Amino acid sequence: MTDATPDHIDGAAAKGRLDRLRAGLKRRHAKETRFKWYGRLAIAAAMIFLAILMVRIVAQGHTAFYTHTVTVPVYMDPARVDRAYPQGSNFEQLAAEQQLKRWGIQDDAAGDASRQMKALFSSELKFVAADLVAKRSDVIGETVPLAVPLSDEADLYLKGEISKETPEDQRRLTDQQLAWLDRMQAEGVVGSHFNTALFTNGDSTQPELAGVLGAVVGSALMLMVTALIAIPLGVGAAVWLEEFAPKNKLTDIIEVNINNLAAVPSIVYGLLGLALFINWMHLPRASPIVGGLVLALMALPTLVIATRSALKAVPPSIREAALAMGASKTQTVFSHVLPLAMPGVMTGAIISMAHALGETAPLLLIGMVSFVPGVPHAIDQPVGALPSLIYIWENASERAFHERTAAAIIVLLVFMIIMNTAAIILRRRFERRW
Amino acid sequence: MIWIYLLILTALSAAAFLGGRELARRRAVGAHPHSRPGQHGAYALIWVAAPALLVLILLSVFAAPLERQLTAAGTPDVVAELEHFRRDAFFADAHRVGRGEPALQIWERPLAEQLPVEARRMVRIERTLQWGGGAAAILAAILGGLFALTQIKPQTRARNRVEGWIYGALFICSAIAVLTTLGIIASLAFDSFRFFQKVPIFDFLFGAQWSPQIAIRADQVGSTGAFGAVPLFVGTMLIMSIAMCVAAPIGLLSAIYLSEYASRTTRAVIKPLLEILAGVPTVVYGFFAALTVGPILRVFFNEIGLFLMGGPLDGLGQYLALVQNQMALTAGAVMGIMLIPFVSSLSDDILNAVPQSLRDGSFAMGATKSETVKRVLLPAALPGIAGALLLAVSRAIGETMIVTMAAGLAANLTFNPLDTVTTVTVQIVTLLTGDQEFNSAKTLSAFGLGLTLFMVTLVLNIIAHRIVQTYREQYD
Repeated sequence: MTDATPDHIDGAAAKGRLDRLRAGLKRRHAKETRFKWYGRLAIAAAMIFLAILMVRIVAQGHTAFYTHTVTVPVYMDPARVDRAYPQGSNFEQLAAEQQLKRWGIQDDAAGDASRQMKALFSSELKFVAADLVAKRSDVIGETVPLAVPLSDEADLYLKGEISKETPEDQRRLTDQQLAWLDRMQAEGVVGSHFNTALFTNGDSTQPELAGVLGAVVGSALMLMVTALIAIPLGVGAAVWLEEFAPKNKLTDIIEVNINNLAAVPSIVYGLLGLALFINWMHLPRASPIVGGLVLALMALPTLVIATRSALKAVPPSIREAALAMGASKTQTVFSHVLPLAMPGVMTGAIISMAHALGETAPLLLIGMVSFVPGVPHAIDQPVGALPSLIYIWENASERAFHERTAAAIIVLLVFMIIMNTAAIILRRRFERRW
Repeated sequence: MIWIYLLILTALSAAAFLGGRELARRRAVGAHPHSRPGQHGAYALIWVAAPALLVLILLSVFAAPLERQLTAAGTPDVVAELEHFRRDAFFADAHRVGRGEPALQIWERPLAEQLPVEARRMVRIERTLQWGGGAAAILAAILGGLFALTQIKPQTRARNRVEGWIYGALFICSAIAVLTTLGIIASLAFDSFRFFQKVPIFDFLFGAQWSPQIAIRADQVGSTGAFGAVPLFVGTMLIMSIAMCVAAPIGLLSAIYLSEYASRTTRAVIKPLLEILAGVPTVVYGFFAALTVGPILRVFFNEIGLFLMGGPLDGLGQYLALVQNQMALTAGAVMGIMLIPFVSSLSDDILNAVPQSLRDGSFAMGATKSETVKRVLLPAALPGIAGALLLAVSRAIGETMIVTMAAGLAANLTFNPLDTVTTVTVQIVTLLTGDQEFNSAKTLSAFGLGLTLFMVTLVLNIIAHRIVQTYREQYD
């Protein structure tokens, strides 16, 4: 009997029931497939968001990694260069006027043409020229080629980010300036090269001179303070809770407390830092010491939780063996359990440091929103940090800061990737499965 | 200055350790010592370092307020009678003069004469505190060391005593967590209390108008300041709801797929990618929201608006054509993306905690996988998932950078996702990063907002943890 029709049931009714069943099964399988696709779509959506995020940042930021330099011959006119005080001489005006003369363009009475020409050079020109004169006073009276960065807007034009089609009143460069830039490029005096200034300079109000080094050093100083405070305290707290703590009310309170602190919004830590460290203890505003303390308090709970799970993973047999050999509780923990848990502890520590590196909100409240030029070198001076620099640049009105914001984000992400990779390698290489 | 003290203390501690060890070795000759020489050395070291560190910590916490007290106490009447912020400015200038820097303001006759006098007095107080504190620390170290030296005897149980100290130190490490919480509550409550003295708490919690600008001069045109936080609460809730609408379904469905359907290799690829999404700093999401998502959404709605304009839905078209970058939808959507990995990994853990026997039972009854998920797993995991979603809500409420960079500042009382709203965290940042005037209701209101935020997230977390905990115990 190939057809599964029981004899005692009426043939037609049985067939109807079977059809219903089959149809139902089909519907159920269709539902199954649909549900599976919902899951796939959800994951695809998350992956697409990640891809868009990364692609957008690289697309916006990669142009900041190269920049344009122009080489202008400047005749160091003895009448206009102050030998004794070269910083006081108006080299920019000098270079602009000479460039116009070379091209046979008459400057108008108001000096409009030379002003427009001047706007194409970075204000760095002044410092390059003044340094040269200060070092070698024999250049006065001679013509020297000066290699200086183009101004931020001119640089953007050469990168193709400002279009000639845009109406003149909607861009910062005039048609004339664009024509001059084209002419410079045709003459071959403009060169494009890797933007070293981005990595060797501190913050600056001029985008073409602004760099991330100051913020990177500030973040490093801050993380150093955070690590020095948070890691010993966090490991100590975890060891006490996991190995020593008696089972009582106080221990319960501490445990609940740590779990809750891990979920307190980071901005609340910023308020704590502002009220406690700055207004009460009068520690210097925006300094790495205050930033490091705030980030340490913030990183502490996650560090404790990670360390505890690393300690939990060490099997009790290790402890029992040490105790049986006559070691005291402290000796057991510090000579056996903690060393065995060390890879896990270090992994947790690195990951929480990476997290602290990217944290921004508390830094804004302790004053790291102000402009800090140069590269910091002390933990009690105001500094900038990488994430707060991103925030500051994002708010800047100059368009050239937008690509630099994305570039700073790339730098930040690279640091985070390095730290996380280190954590993964550490875990893979040293973690023991018991 | 503190570095010199730390250097001296390190040297003293090292000397104590070496000396203690040597002494223990010598005194142990012929006797039957309880502890090893190194343990005696460690004991001596602790007695040198611990009292001195205690003094230094107390000094760094209390020196600044003490200095303020002493300065305020001996000040002449002309200065003491100044208004609060004028007096602060005067002391700040006196401090500057004391360090040899020029004063920021020009002070008039009676005050100008007091300035150098006060500057000298402040320098004296500062020096006294610094030198006195340092001397106290070194004295404490020496006294502690002398005590330890008397304790070095063969029968002293140095190891047990050192372990006692270690136990105490570890306990203090854990207690820092409680101290942090107390510190947060104290600092928020103290300034909030002063805020509620200026603005009644009822007006703050239930007032419908928020405009914290207060005229600095009496004759200035401007609002007198309104501190009704309801628009901020509504804005926060609106953005949080949008974020949860994005994060909850995507996060939950991807967790279900990963834990129930995905192969081992798929999991091995997707999970690290989700972790990357989770590790991206929020300031990066803020940048993404402000410069990518905002403009895209604005153009999208503006185009629709232009299309509708002139038609039967002209009013709607007019509205959509003027939608701005900073609409609530922008911040909410990006915050939702940020929360996806958070929801996903928490739900994944919870689904994995459901015993395999429940799945097997359901499959044995002929249920398909999706039916098992929908009728068995989800009901069983529901409390856990609710807890996870509550934790996500608490994160959304406390999230700062995305809203600061992508949401607006206008405190509109609206539920429209296309309007600009502002949130509690945005206002805290704005109030505390501009020009601050100490003691003004404007600055203090940030602490009131912070206290509210802390309380709400704390309650949410406690409930969420409680739910997750009881749920876990159910299956353990």
